[in-house]
Amino acid sequence: MIRRKTLVAVTAAGALCAAVAFAQSELELVIVSWGGAYTASQQQAYHEPYMAANPHIRIINDDSSAGAVAKIRAMNETGKVTWPLVDVVASDAIRLCDEGLIEPIDHDAILAPAPDGTPASEDFGDMIVSECYIPQIVYSTTFGYRTDLVKVPPTTIKDVFDLQKIPGKRALEKRPIGNLEWALIADGVDPDTVYDVLETEAGIKRAFAKLDTIKDQVVWWTQGAQTPQLLADGEVVMGSTYNGRLFSLIEEKKQPVAMMWDWQVFDLDGWVIPKGAPHRKAVLEYLRFATDSQRLADQAKYISYGPARASSAPLVGKHATLGIEMAPHMPTAPVNAKNTLLFNYEWWADHRDDLNQRFNAWLAS
Amino acid sequence: MQTAATQVPPQPLTTADGTPLKASLAFAERRNRRRALLLVAPLFLFILVFFLIPIGDMLFRSVENRIVGEVLHRTVPLLAAWDETSGELPPEEVFRALVDDFKEGREARTIVKVGRRMNYEKSGMTSLFRGTARKAARLEAGPYKQALVKINKKWGDIKTWKLLKRESAPLTLSYYLASVDFRFDDSGNVARQPEDKQIYVQLFVRTLKLSGLITILCLTLGYPISYLLATLPTRTSNLLMILVLLPFWTSLLVRTTAWIALLQKEGVINDTLIMIGLISNDNRLSMIHNATGTVIAMVHILLPFMVLPLYSVMKNIPPSYVRAARSLGATPFTAFMRVYLPNTVPGIGAGAILVFIIAIGYYITPALVGGVSGTLISNLIAYHMSSSLNWGLAAALGSVLLALVLVLYLLYDKVVGINNMKLS
Repeated sequence: MIRRKTLVAVTAAGALCAAVAFAQSELELVIVSWGGAYTASQQQAYHEPYMAANPHIRIINDDSSAGAVAKIRAMNETGKVTWPLVDVVASDAIRLCDEGLIEPIDHDAILAPAPDGTPASEDFGDMIVSECYIPQIVYSTTFGYRTDLVKVPPTTIKDVFDLQKIPGKRALEKRPIGNLEWALIADGVDPDTVYDVLETEAGIKRAFAKLDTIKDQVVWWTQGAQTPQLLADGEVVMGSTYNGRLFSLIEEKKQPVAMMWDWQVFDLDGWVIPKGAPHRKAVLEYLRFATDSQRLADQAKYISYGPARASSAPLVGKHATLGIEMAPHMPTAPVNAKNTLLFNYEWWADHRDDLNQRFNAWLAS
Repeated sequence: MQTAATQVPPQPLTTADGTPLKASLAFAERRNRRRALLLVAPLFLFILVFFLIPIGDMLFRSVENRIVGEVLHRTVPLLAAWDETSGELPPEEVFRALVDDFKEGREARTIVKVGRRMNYEKSGMTSLFRGTARKAARLEAGPYKQALVKINKKWGDIKTWKLLKRESAPLTLSYYLASVDFRFDDSGNVARQPEDKQIYVQLFVRTLKLSGLITILCLTLGYPISYLLATLPTRTSNLLMILVLLPFWTSLLVRTTAWIALLQKEGVINDTLIMIGLISNDNRLSMIHNATGTVIAMVHILLPFMVLPLYSVMKNIPPSYVRAARSLGATPFTAFMRVYLPNTVPGIGAGAILVFIIAIGYYITPALVGGVSGTLISNLIAYHMSSSLNWGLAAALGSVLLALVLVLYLLYDKVVGINNMKLS
């Protein structure tokens, strides 16, 4: 008797759960991104309006982008690809595309044109650095400094390497990419020829020699959150990090920190579709919505990264909670972008293995 | 007695149903063994499928090199017939095969993989393969040699072909050479890496040194604590035990971050030292983002692994032993050295080997607080796994580390004896 009652109850409960689950969402779409403030900005600018318009889709955030390249390769090797859509930086997209691990994209066919009818491939322009890549935002790696701990504020990249003018520790990313270019520019190399100089043995030596001059005053960071923390604690007087992190440190946390934009290094962040990914149709529908001009401009309301579409720039408005005008905080704003460097991705694809090893050996010596 | 026993041959013992006892016993034992085997079979299968096979697969990648032969399947057999010592470029048919392989590899999106693989050996190969694949797709007719050299003059360089031939075998030694700072030079001989690229040997040595230091520090700190825990009344010792275990249950990241707050230049310890006047404001101590930071944080994190085995061994040493030694006239020091300490050796052995082996493969804490001088070999393995995607090199470095641990383990077995170890 008791057993039969239990059985009935369990069956009823199970049926109810299934019914609820079915009614709530016909499709769960897992989107892999960086987590933190960045995923939050995507949630508000893309996911929520999309789910409001498409009640049968439920978007789940997976904050795994930091290890995504290795994971996509592992998924591909085991033949069980579970991620429908992944957010990665440009250099990783190029590598994944090289290895045939992500799908090539026909940008004009699957992405919405600009409001004035310009096709997507023209609207994104040079930002499409790989045939497998759909860029979202331009971010930059640039410098923040403690206004109260430096006697004279740094104004050029030369000041980062000038211990006389600005004594104290500085935070730099623990990798050669970016630092070698900065070292050469600070050493007087014409920025247009940086990669030609780095191509030569003498050029590499010159870059490392310049880094040598500040080596014992550098704290090396590996996570984007480290420099803001080091600056807030006064552990360093200046440091490189992503411009969005510095924006949050300055405008939201009100720390005595200012930005130094000279020779900021541009990089891109965007979407890739792993080869053999599930829910392809739903993903393509989502992508068309989430990368249109208005959506990319909307993201800038929540985080200070520049939209990758030319047609989005005029649509950038005010910050959603702080109410400040966001356009001047974009790395692409003319006042900030007087001197900028865009990675030569192809060059780094060739020299990354070699220079990483030299960089690590240099660090350890 | 003896004569009687030899005269009457002994009847074989039998069970109630008449089968010889020996056979019946053997049968029962076999059944027991089978049952025992069946009982451990699920665990054994689990370990095999989820542990041994994946690890074996990963280790095999340290020599695996099939990609070149698979993608360049027309070129590689022809290249085998080419004499690289002749000083001449391979014949036209090799170039034609290469163009065909490039066309096919571009369709299948595998060709740049080979470029990436070659780039581990020589910078510039990725773009050579990517660029050539793009342009070779439009080549319709020969002569292919001229066409390829026109696309990129590296195809006219005999070194490119020597490299390709050397790395076309299904197995390669390159990863292992790289993992101990050696390489193949342009003529294919094994040579040391140039000075400014040597890194791994140094890191292996540092990893062993720091792990040894951490083990010694854990022992020095853990021994008195365990003694105290083992000798106090149970109620007090249980309370203290919770204090030892509490950090054990706290997230690793939280504990590591707490050390950052304590140890950094503007941190709690430096501030306190300045407040009580021990150091001046300009001479704040650097206790983090270097080897010191790694050692301090890791000793704290690994201490419970030392305390627990020591405690369980000490708890079982009867207090009467030391009392007996004392009553026989030993000084407290002699009683400790000759009676108590030898009894705790199994605990010391277990604790030391646990701490050492965990320390040798640690990477989160060194990555966060190690700066430059406090990073370990595991940090570079993690880097090659997740960032550079050079899994072959990661596997080679991992195998070398595994081999080092096994050698140390055998040494330990010789010196202390593995049976002489007590985990609980």
